[in-house]
Amino acid sequence: MRTFRERLAAGEVLVGDGGWGTMLMARGLQPGEPPESLTLASPGVIEEVARLYLEAGADLVTTNTFGGSPLRLRAFGLEARTDEINRAAVEVLRRAVGTRALVSASIGPSGHLLKPYGDVEADELAESFGRQARALASAGVDVFCVETMTDLEEARLAVEAARTAAPETPVVATMTFEPTRRGFFTVMGASVPRAAQVLGGAGADLVGSNCGNGIDTMVEVARAFHAVTAAPLAIQANAGLPESRDGALVYPEPPEQFAAAVPALLEAGVRLIGGCCGTTPAHVRAIRAAVDAARAVA
Amino acid sequence: METLKEIAASLERGEDDRVHELVEQALAQGAAPGDVLNLGLIAGMNVVGEQFRQREIFLPDVLLAARAMYAGLDLLKPHLAREGVPTAGTVVIGSVKGDLHDIGKNLVGIMLKGAGFEVVDLGNDVPPGRFVDTAVASGASVIGMSALLTTTMPVMKEVVELVRARGLSDRVRIIVGGAPLSEAFAREIGADAYAFDAASAVDRVRALVAAR
Repeated sequence: MRTFRERLAAGEVLVGDGGWGTMLMARGLQPGEPPESLTLASPGVIEEVARLYLEAGADLVTTNTFGGSPLRLRAFGLEARTDEINRAAVEVLRRAVGTRALVSASIGPSGHLLKPYGDVEADELAESFGRQARALASAGVDVFCVETMTDLEEARLAVEAARTAAPETPVVATMTFEPTRRGFFTVMGASVPRAAQVLGGAGADLVGSNCGNGIDTMVEVARAFHAVTAAPLAIQANAGLPESRDGALVYPEPPEQFAAAVPALLEAGVRLIGGCCGTTPAHVRAIRAAVDAARAVA
Repeated sequence: METLKEIAASLERGEDDRVHELVEQALAQGAAPGDVLNLGLIAGMNVVGEQFRQREIFLPDVLLAARAMYAGLDLLKPHLAREGVPTAGTVVIGSVKGDLHDIGKNLVGIMLKGAGFEVVDLGNDVPPGRFVDTAVASGASVIGMSALLTTTMPVMKEVVELVRARGLSDRVRIIVGGAPLSEAFAREIGADAYAFDAASAVDRVRALVAAR
């Protein structure tokens, strides 16, 4: 299997997978249950979702470890099982996809704010991400995906933790932005230029954005990144914002809308395109088709 | 009174020690505690809330301003009680069961306190019964619920149903918010209001209290 970096260097555009939380809920994850606990309790469900994304054409599948840092697991009394949860999450994906897809190790926010705004010190945060990254690396991941970050310092610490745990493993780092009158910012005040500079400086191979926005707004985010960095970009959009219909949550943006945005994303230097909350294998299939079609033209 | 304006300005800059000092000074100068609250602390938080709504400032600035507000409010509270200054109302807030995100919810708490409300913050991972029990015990007229995860949003409906089942719908109104939510979702589950952000939460809570 060619590595993530080899494929990028060859000019390939990689297709990510789609949302996991929404897929797991549809398969019995109870409201209030940490998704990470499902890896140990029902690995078959994780394998099933991974296969669905693989069959839809994803080049990489994401581990169920978004909340797998010990600081975050602590809230559920699962801190002591950090290593087990992270290792098992990699192993189950490897079982599901073998070498037919790359295994991308998700690292999400700690759920804490750094002092003086919150209750954690930078070294606690670094150690928390470090422990998660080492567990993930020991099980053999192909790429790290630091995602849904809003605090740039926290994101930087997570990228560094991944780089330290496995210096040869590439890192994707994405943050969640909101449109403002002065451009895109995270709720913690990180701008796109600062994010590109700091995350790139920390050693991220790809920078970009995930969550918070639908695909069309993400095209604008990608353009904002492209204007300030030569780094390849990663975009994983939500299928819009959820609406409730007849008691069920529905994400409004259909797969076709994702497919239609692909040419603009490629134009803006995006080299990894996937989905976040509310996206399904159908979205991934649509992205795959659009990416392949664009390559055929080029 | 100049000191009250200074309190507001210092609060906006997040200077907690200075706000504490200025509130002390204002009281010593004979300012009415209600004026220190309304023309000092609340006026300052109004500006902060509006600036955040426009994203001229960001969450860290709001959190520092909030710390400054609490520095003044802690000092002021016994004086307000002694003078019998009424609060704007009592609101029970929390992130619903399973949701550990509390930044948005904390922000709502900050803005509500900054608007003169008494806030009972139940923290995160709050089971439905606790919202309702606490509302009854504290005499709160509003329950505010937050969820940041699509996996925890359905818990909100349980609280709405519990309030109805206990026959409290006339006394206790329900407002919901959180990144994945929408006005339509709030309507669908039978909540009384939805707030897009912390600043609008204050407006909506005011309206709910006034309509009672």
